[in-house]
Amino acid sequence: MSFLIDYIRTVYKSVRSLLIGMRKTGYYFTHHKEIITQNYPENRDTLNLPERFRGEVVMTHNEANEHRCTGCTACELACPNGTIKIVTKFDITPEGKKKKALDTFVYHLELCTMCNLCIEACPTSAIKMDQAFEHSVYDRRLLTKKLNKPDSKLMEGVE
Amino acid sequence: MLEEIGTTEQGDLVINIGPQHPSTHGVLHLVITLNGETIKKVEPHLGYIHRSIEKMCESLTYRQFIYSTSRMDYLSAHINNHGCALAVEQGLGIEIPPRARAIRVLLSELTRLASHQLWWGAMAMDVGAITPFFHAFREREMINDIMEETCGARLTMNYMVPGGVMFDLHPNFVTRTKDFLRFFRSKFNEYDELVTNNIIFQERMKGVGVLSSADAISYGCTGPVARASGVSSDIRKIAPYEGYDQLQFAEAIQSGGDCFARYLVRMQEMRESLAIIDQLIDTIPDGEFQAKTKAVLKLPKGEYYSRVETARGEFGVYIISEGATTPYRMKFRSPGFSNLSALDHMSRGSKIGDLVAIMGSLDLVIPDIDR
Repeated sequence: MSFLIDYIRTVYKSVRSLLIGMRKTGYYFTHHKEIITQNYPENRDTLNLPERFRGEVVMTHNEANEHRCTGCTACELACPNGTIKIVTKFDITPEGKKKKALDTFVYHLELCTMCNLCIEACPTSAIKMDQAFEHSVYDRRLLTKKLNKPDSKLMEGVE
Repeated sequence: MLEEIGTTEQGDLVINIGPQHPSTHGVLHLVITLNGETIKKVEPHLGYIHRSIEKMCESLTYRQFIYSTSRMDYLSAHINNHGCALAVEQGLGIEIPPRARAIRVLLSELTRLASHQLWWGAMAMDVGAITPFFHAFREREMINDIMEETCGARLTMNYMVPGGVMFDLHPNFVTRTKDFLRFFRSKFNEYDELVTNNIIFQERMKGVGVLSSADAISYGCTGPVARASGVSSDIRKIAPYEGYDQLQFAEAIQSGGDCFARYLVRMQEMRESLAIIDQLIDTIPDGEFQAKTKAVLKLPKGEYYSRVETARGEFGVYIISEGATTPYRMKFRSPGFSNLSALDHMSRGSKIGDLVAIMGSLDLVIPDIDR
């Protein structure tokens, strides 16, 4: 007889705990405002990412198409993955001296882990992290980017 | 390596779980010898996600290698980075500003909460309940947003640098964290109603995968797995780092040693983490968030070891330096590897359906095991 009482007790406890759980499920079923799912591709225009979010490395240019990169390769040395490759050239200054300057800032997005070490290392704040995060392309060669714009030159006064 | 499905000489069935199996939470491969439905032997095969992080670190400088440890235990990435930063600072002999210490502890505890929340959802899903997973991710999303705002990334933060943290706290950090604390406290009841008090869940967990305290010690288990067997192993208590000795919190210990005890330990740890954040959030000291360090870090010749308590157990970083800018040898002691080694002992004699519950209660993160 006792096993029957035990059995009924177990069934009662199981059903009770299930109903308590189902009450929570029912609560959320009827309270749509507490659902926090975002409709991602549709809300792209209103999507706000925090300003520190690390999406990709970009080089800042001003209106006169001038950047702040001196080609010192501090970022290249700081990068753990070989993401950055800096090609330098020699400019002739008005005094007739040779001066090292940036030719191409090659950035391999496919190798980048967004660790922010290059931004920390840059002495002239030439590069920064951008919030773009939709990096999918059909060809991986498109992920190798040239960060300095064509015909851009070094900003006056940046050493 | 890969064994065919077949029978042994004694007539036992040998089957594979994984490497691609959702209940192993990653690319873990288990070769199981079964006698009927009873498990006779479990043999984990590792190496499917081995990336040789230790060897890679030998060619990275002391600033660079920290980011790679985020990729080991990706659920407590911040705490892994913390351990590395501590080891480098020990070698450099620098003092960390009090503000940086408070920030580190705060974010470490937030990471622990996020990790345990994900485990809670995954654990319930392992034993057949889908709903808790979404509840856990709702709360975890708030932590991820806080992390995103302050550190700039949601999962692999890389917020630690030798000497402090990379940026100062975001101005919104304190208010958002307080909002989260208030919200999460109110949801604990929901967790208990949905899962803890559920009789089916308890039946699946109680008395399953029992690990005695002697076995927990001899297998080198740490973290919640050891504490559920009654072994005091919280690094924050037994070897306090970063000012944990000045904080009031209890070490969650259970004596059952079964899956339910491990469940209760982690639930208790979440409450303790909330208590730690409560104590610190109003008293973050002002001042520098980073100590002054040289541009090129060189550790003096010698050996350095630091250990921290991640969400899974003891994480150790061992550096041998020859005085150069890169380490001569790097060794990580990851909690998942030792905890996994006890899986065979725990699951012998139990039914095959319980294996998933045992693995879930171990809270395995496979990249942490393989490195």
